[in-house]
Amino acid sequence: MNTMPKKFPLNHKQWALAKIILAALLLALVIIGGLFLDEGRIVTNLTDRNSPPSLEHLFGTDWLGRDMFTRTIMGLTLSIGVGLIGALGSASIAMFLGMAAATMGKRADRLISWCIDLFLSVPHLVTLILIAFTLGGGFKGIVIGLTLTHWPSLARVIRAEVMQIRSADYVQVSRRMGKSRWWIALHHIVPHVIPQFLVGFMLLFPHVILHEAAVTFIGLGLSPHEPAIGIILSESMKYLSSGMWWLAFFPGLCLLIIVRMFDQIGENIRLLTSSDSNRD
Amino acid sequence: MQLKANDIGFRYENGPWLFRGVNLCIEPGEVVGIAGPSGRGKTTLCRILSSYETPLEGSVTFNDAPLPDKGYHPVQMVLQHPEKAVNSRWKMHSILNEGYHPDEELLEILGIEQEWLTRWPHELSGGELQRFCVARALGPNTRFLIADEMTTMLDAITQAQIWQAVMEIAQKREMGIIVVTHEAKLMQRLCDRVIEL
Repeated sequence: MNTMPKKFPLNHKQWALAKIILAALLLALVIIGGLFLDEGRIVTNLTDRNSPPSLEHLFGTDWLGRDMFTRTIMGLTLSIGVGLIGALGSASIAMFLGMAAATMGKRADRLISWCIDLFLSVPHLVTLILIAFTLGGGFKGIVIGLTLTHWPSLARVIRAEVMQIRSADYVQVSRRMGKSRWWIALHHIVPHVIPQFLVGFMLLFPHVILHEAAVTFIGLGLSPHEPAIGIILSESMKYLSSGMWWLAFFPGLCLLIIVRMFDQIGENIRLLTSSDSNRD
Repeated sequence: MQLKANDIGFRYENGPWLFRGVNLCIEPGEVVGIAGPSGRGKTTLCRILSSYETPLEGSVTFNDAPLPDKGYHPVQMVLQHPEKAVNSRWKMHSILNEGYHPDEELLEILGIEQEWLTRWPHELSGGELQRFCVARALGPNTRFLIADEMTTMLDAITQAQIWQAVMEIAQKREMGIIVVTHEAKLMQRLCDRVIEL
């Protein structure tokens, strides 16, 4: 028996919810900050170049005198936007293909499984670079590339889940009650798959953001004038050797924190929605 | 209104024949028991009669016509494990009303309390869940009820209560019942005749 006095009288579900809210608040803050920060702070200002972090410039300034804090927050907002579109697109493809594979018969299943295996056998990044390059880079290229490359593992999870539910007793009982396939898919299968979908979506996010940064870093992504995290990182590489560590350090750290936040939200949603922990 | 099995045979995949040439005829209002040791295919036979499986040989007819493929099935089965027969993400009232809307009287006979309706399945015991599964299967269009080890996991009192309710309803509606159970006493008490498999 636990005799220690509890400091925080919350059960693990309430903790999970608290963490989700906290992480979501932080993300919202970054996005709002990115939208409302003054564009004037990132114009070239040659009188104030290469200054290290100070109270006026929290993350320092770069070789053109642009405020790095503003650039980082704006870059993160852009990255989150790209990540949102990419992850949502990928998760939707995964949901559709997973459901189709499990409900539309053996041939559809074989075809979709083959596609999943095909995409999983090549590293994401390679396909992503190929697609982004073919589409000529830029915002459109990278978003389409991200959407088309991140669905396979989630599709596989959803397919397995649907297959299991499809053969469950209560689905068969429902058939004898005269319910149609569509009705069953909508009322029996979807409620079980929604948590997988949500968690999968949240966990795709960090992946997508990191890949976006990676592709932008090697110059196939967003155009150089936009304050994307990948661009900030790749540019600052040139100045690292001259001792300007703050150019890469703070944006990199921020990217890491944002990615962790999404990861946390996904994990905690999983905790909240798993049906075997419903009991407390 | 007969439920008839004509020369049905079944096996799983390429395994040995579970049974072949089984004939069965049940009249409405009749209570028939199926007995036999474990693994003889009692459950499979029940699943075939209620269209959960299709027989590899022979056919099942209802009223001299094949069983309907769509719509409410006239042969309803109550399974052995109620926990698996309900969707864990549905509340009890949705589960109960899936096929039709049972009236207050039926709920009372089966001993289903109103406050259970707002709970989740995992907040009820096996016996309580099984009452819901029975109520769900007793729709107005149910002509035959198959009870495959329906009360095996329940205590004697609950068992008696549920069976009494089911028999009462079956008599009133002229509904045929197929009983599968390992308890000889129960079988003897309920059934008009017993088929050995």
